[in-house]
Amino acid sequence: MDPFTTLSAIAVPIDQANVDTDQIIPARYLGKPREQQVEGFFHDMRLDPNGRPREGVTLNNPAYKGAQIIVGNQNFACGSSRENAVTVMVDHGYRAFIAPSFGDIFFNNCFQNGCLPIRLPAERVARLRVILHELPGAKISIDLAGQTVKGPDGQTDSFEIDSFRKEMLLKGTDSITFTLGYEKDIARFETAQRQDVPWL
Amino acid sequence: MADPRTMFEKIWQRHVVVDRDDGYTLLYIDRHLMHDGSAPAFARLQARGMKVRRPDRSFATPDHYILTSSSRPQDIADPQQRHLVEVIKENCDADGVTVFPAGDPRQGIIHVVGPEQGLTQPGLLIVCGDSHTSTHGALGALAFGIGSSEVTHVMATQCLWQRKPKAMRINVDGTLGEGITGKDIILAIIARIGAAGAVGHVMEYAGSAIRALSMEGRLTLCNMSIEAGGRAGMVAPDDTTFTYLQGKPFAPKGENWDKAMALWKSLPTDEGATFDREVTLNAAEIAPMVTWGTSPEDALSVTARVPDPASAPDQTKQESMRRALDYMDLKPGTPMEQVAVDRVFIGSCTNSRIEDLRLAAKVAKGRKAQVPAWVVAGSGLIKAQAEAEGLDKIFRDAGFEWREPGCSMCIGVNGDTGLPGQRIASTSNRNFVGRQGQGVRTHLVSPAMAAAAAVTGRFTDVRKMLG
Ligand code: SF4
Repeated sequence: MDPFTTLSAIAVPIDQANVDTDQIIPARYLGKPREQQVEGFFHDMRLDPNGRPREGVTLNNPAYKGAQIIVGNQNFACGSSRENAVTVMVDHGYRAFIAPSFGDIFFNNCFQNGCLPIRLPAERVARLRVILHELPGAKISIDLAGQTVKGPDGQTDSFEIDSFRKEMLLKGTDSITFTLGYEKDIARFETAQRQDVPWL
Repeated sequence: MADPRTMFEKIWQRHVVVDRDDGYTLLYIDRHLMHDGSAPAFARLQARGMKVRRPDRSFATPDHYILTSSSRPQDIADPQQRHLVEVIKENCDADGVTVFPAGDPRQGIIHVVGPEQGLTQPGLLIVCGDSHTSTHGALGALAFGIGSSEVTHVMATQCLWQRKPKAMRINVDGTLGEGITGKDIILAIIARIGAAGAVGHVMEYAGSAIRALSMEGRLTLCNMSIEAGGRAGMVAPDDTTFTYLQGKPFAPKGENWDKAMALWKSLPTDEGATFDREVTLNAAEIAPMVTWGTSPEDALSVTARVPDPASAPDQTKQESMRRALDYMDLKPGTPMEQVAVDRVFIGSCTNSRIEDLRLAAKVAKGRKAQVPAWVVAGSGLIKAQAEAEGLDKIFRDAGFEWREPGCSMCIGVNGDTGLPGQRIASTSNRNFVGRQGQGVRTHLVSPAMAAAAAVTGRFTDVRKMLG
């Protein structure tokens, strides 16, 4: 997995609350190989049923081209556990998501794919979206080690992340290899459990 | 005497392998459930040259991509989808994992099959690469959905790193009215606390109305915990749970049954245990529910009117309501009972169990469907039981279609979708934009309400039709 250290990139605002993972990638793309899922990226939010770009959708605005950060709203990426919601965004170049809150499973899935979901207070996130609408193409700078997000207005906010995930992201650690380092503990647990719940 | 603990806390502590100082816990997984979307996770495992660590604790069945017109994989036209249904069996066979493949009478939606086979038991830690894994908490298990990378991690290690979520209790006290189901309770809860209302929490449902629910009702309730943002949902095990489990194929037997019972009876939340949050609802106030928008929190009584965005508390909410009403093609102030439907879907891991089908059949009996209506049982065994009880005949006589088990129109990835602009009364769990097909308008309801919508062609308060 690619380590995540710092990122200074164009950020695109998505104003809706409760954007679900069905919006990020509609279910009909899930059974396809990853290369073909790329087309599903916010497909129905971006395009009308005739395949024409919808008006007023930030993701269609060329000024945000090359964006690597999404600034969303409450409960961003709620709903289905589909990890494709993360990977399809990764495949479009996104590495970080800023919102007041996230769907729990999506939040976990981000770390598995070298992405950083950042929770900031709702007011600050709303302000960032306003700025990004006013200045399309403006950049946000993220420093994971220092746990800061700097907006286009120069304001720097710090964010919380637990040390466990931070280390994993900074180093690009493979979690399976990491866990297998605890093999002795796992084996001990299994032995004890065989006595405790013999019917399993 | 030890401090009083919640059921969640007790189950969590039973599964700790390693507790790190940084707040992360390595938890041991008792049951890992898989479906036909698990192929990429298997591929990643194979790419590392690894095999499933505990095939004896892993179980699979195809559900998402299987057809409901035929359970034969050969009939699936799309080669990629056919591959997903077939490869799950190959992968499981290669690693010694128990699989209920296409054509097996036990095949069905994984969240229906787990409890039905007795795989789901009180006190277990259960995961599956699917958000509706919360369903299994109905038996007093801790069960939650994980992502595909985590699925590979569980295959390889039988463990998962987690930070302990908070605990929340939802008390539903009092007596439910006639025709009010677990579905109406959960929609009422989500309407109250919001789609993000339980983010970061494990929800325990308690109170006299929950105790009175059947196992089917509890499964429906816990199923939609994720729609409230909850990490998991659970109901304390009691006689309803034990009676349900006894004799199930994978339930403990003989001496082990007694041993299991002793453990199970120790699980319920202790008197005096504290929750991070508590919410209380009065069961008597819950009416048959229907959603009007594109989030499960957009739920109201069938006797209510389509809400007006002007009444929303802030601009963001007004905007989102306007967008939802526009997508749903509904006008503020319209009585829900005047909204006509184009199609009806009875099925999904929320509402495809025998009790759901009995209830829908009770409403359908002797009446005629006014619009196309599908009934999709949650498993082959439920379908067979319904047929033994003559429910299929009631449905067919009423003009409903009786189909093969699977996820079907809940998500439509097998091709079971509605047409753009169609309005569907659905017993599934998500009314998201495009969930049942591009441009399709989904209204979530109970099986009784879905059947009532089918035979009247519009949303109808099912209480008028029962009794
Ligand atoms: S029935 Fe629907 S919600 Fe349930 S597992 Fe299948 S697709 Fe998911």
